[in-house]
Amino acid sequence: MAVKKFVVGYFEDEPELFDGVKKVRKAGYKIHDVYTPMPIHGLDKAMGLRDTSLHTAGFIYGITGTTTALSGIGWIFNADWPLNFGGKSHFSLPAWIPITFELTVLFSAVGMVLTFCWLCQLAPFVRKHHFNLRSTDDQFTMVIELTGKSSEADVQAFMSSIGAKGINVQNAETGWWLGRYDKDKGPYDKAEGIELA
Amino acid sequence: MASIRYESQVRPPLVVGQKGYHEVTEDIVRPIEASPSRAWWIGFLISVGLLTFGIISVTHEVVYGVGQWNLNRTIGWGWDITNFVWWVGIGHAGTLISAILLLFRQGWRTGVNRAAEAMTIFAVMCAGQFPIWHMGRVWMAFFVMPYPNTRGPLWVNFNSPLLWDVFAISTYFTVSLLFWYSGLLPDLATVRDRAKLKWRKLFYGITSFGWTGSAKHWQRHEALSLVLAGLSTPLVLSVHTIVSFDFATSVIPGWHTTIFPPYFVAGAIFSGFAMVQTLLLVTRKVLKLEEYITIEHIDVMNKVIVLTGSIVGVAYLTELFIAWYGQNTFENWAFMQNRVNVFSPYGWSYYLMMGCNVLSPQIFWFRKMRRNLTVTFFMSVIVNIGMWFERFVIIVTSIYRDYIPSSWSTYYRPTIWEVGFYLGTFGLFFTCYFLFSKFFPVIAVAEIKHILKKSGAIYKDKMGALEQEPVEEFAAEYTHGHGHETAHAH
Repeated sequence: MAVKKFVVGYFEDEPELFDGVKKVRKAGYKIHDVYTPMPIHGLDKAMGLRDTSLHTAGFIYGITGTTTALSGIGWIFNADWPLNFGGKSHFSLPAWIPITFELTVLFSAVGMVLTFCWLCQLAPFVRKHHFNLRSTDDQFTMVIELTGKSSEADVQAFMSSIGAKGINVQNAETGWWLGRYDKDKGPYDKAEGIELA
Repeated sequence: MASIRYESQVRPPLVVGQKGYHEVTEDIVRPIEASPSRAWWIGFLISVGLLTFGIISVTHEVVYGVGQWNLNRTIGWGWDITNFVWWVGIGHAGTLISAILLLFRQGWRTGVNRAAEAMTIFAVMCAGQFPIWHMGRVWMAFFVMPYPNTRGPLWVNFNSPLLWDVFAISTYFTVSLLFWYSGLLPDLATVRDRAKLKWRKLFYGITSFGWTGSAKHWQRHEALSLVLAGLSTPLVLSVHTIVSFDFATSVIPGWHTTIFPPYFVAGAIFSGFAMVQTLLLVTRKVLKLEEYITIEHIDVMNKVIVLTGSIVGVAYLTELFIAWYGQNTFENWAFMQNRVNVFSPYGWSYYLMMGCNVLSPQIFWFRKMRRNLTVTFFMSVIVNIGMWFERFVIIVTSIYRDYIPSSWSTYYRPTIWEVGFYLGTFGLFFTCYFLFSKFFPVIAVAEIKHILKKSGAIYKDKMGALEQEPVEEFAAEYTHGHGHETAHAH
């Protein structure tokens, strides 16, 4: 990815955060992201984020499971090795329902979790830049990307005007890299010489 | 209309004390950052001791064969499968709390769901041991998996309830683990970001998968939790239904009962909630989490216990009625002679079951009893003893004396190796639970913060005065006006 420059500030509670998000969007600044200690209903809409399609993915994984189970068992019991269970039908659908159901759930759940991790780039040894370590505790951190259109001082002043606290400027890698949380700070911190949060 | 953070004063707060977000983090993460107490070490070492005894017992059984257990000509399933069904049942409360109560928007689940889900995972791990080691030649265990093989290919029998069980239990374990762990990610990140010690940064850095708390990630996380809850709900019902099919689809009198699926599921939730009570009463005390797992939580769970216990009671009586009403000689024998007849060899176990599961939980009709910690703890143990005997009664009393007296078996008593195996699973369960309570947040930190503003005592107190106001005024004052159009049931 790329190293970019950001103005970072935090809010102390939800209403202030929502207020801030609205004002930033009105003013036309680009919100890089908002980091919160817990899920906040409606924040995605306030920020103008697209709805997630994770549900759809889950459904597709689910029907893949259903199909796998039915076609697999159907093929095994009818084509590959038709066993005679007391003269009963080889195609005994009711008896396959439990396994079909379980595989539907299994495929859907495993698929969704993997997709979730893929989309959010979550995995062991994945290292990311954290703008504010207290955003997993009690601070609602807003990060505005500095573009060519606005000066650093302007954005900082604006952040302060909407009620953000602890405002600072950070250079950060926006993507992820392989690393450990006890050792490195990032692939860029030495070159930039910037104190990271 | 934007959603408002409003909940009636009639509902008591779910988080008591003057708590802000930071205090919540402090309270829940503190036990992880402190050195383990003496009580923790004692409990942990006892658990490891039991686990060791279990490993020895199982090793003995594998080396000398299943003959080391006292199973005999008619009692092919004894303690082993009793324990299997018992442990699986215990797991069910965790999923009920984490999934079904999430769908029903029950705020109180947030205080207890993390520990209950952990309990589910550990209980299913214990349950899985029994059918596996019961195989005897356990190195052949992989034969239960369907894959193209060089033995024919000899496929597994997809029409068999025992194979359904393999799929049900393994799916249940996997999905519960994923649900639990995806919920843990944000909380592990909280611990990571507070960590001062090097190993802690490393450990929680790895286990939190690089979680940042980004708005987009939370949005996906919420979607994931909701769908996983939606999947887990029918899943948990299916699991004990399928376990009951192990019996219900057979032709053994006492087993082939259409009432089994709902009866087993109710019993599973009943015993599971009892185990949650046992664990949480100790956990909240030792880790000083009384402000999060409040007396209200205990009260609500006791209500579930009296409800499910009564459902189980109705099922017992229905079985008896049908045994008499059905006029099937063998069915009638299985119930009236092998169980109800107190002078029959196992009659005592039937009355122990009835006493523990049906009569004793009725004490929870009284509010005072539901809110009494000593009574609750005592009852939680009684219920689990009762539920163990339920499975024992179903399994053993249905098969020890059947159609012809010449094939009646001798009185079945477990050997030390069967008992050792059972105790060993307690060792496994509690070893895991002790490690969990030391290294992971036992309460879902982020979820508590999420309900704090509507159910925290500090906020509810302020709401009290506002309750007199007309709703419109109240709404106008408390609306964020952030264009939040959907009607979220906060």
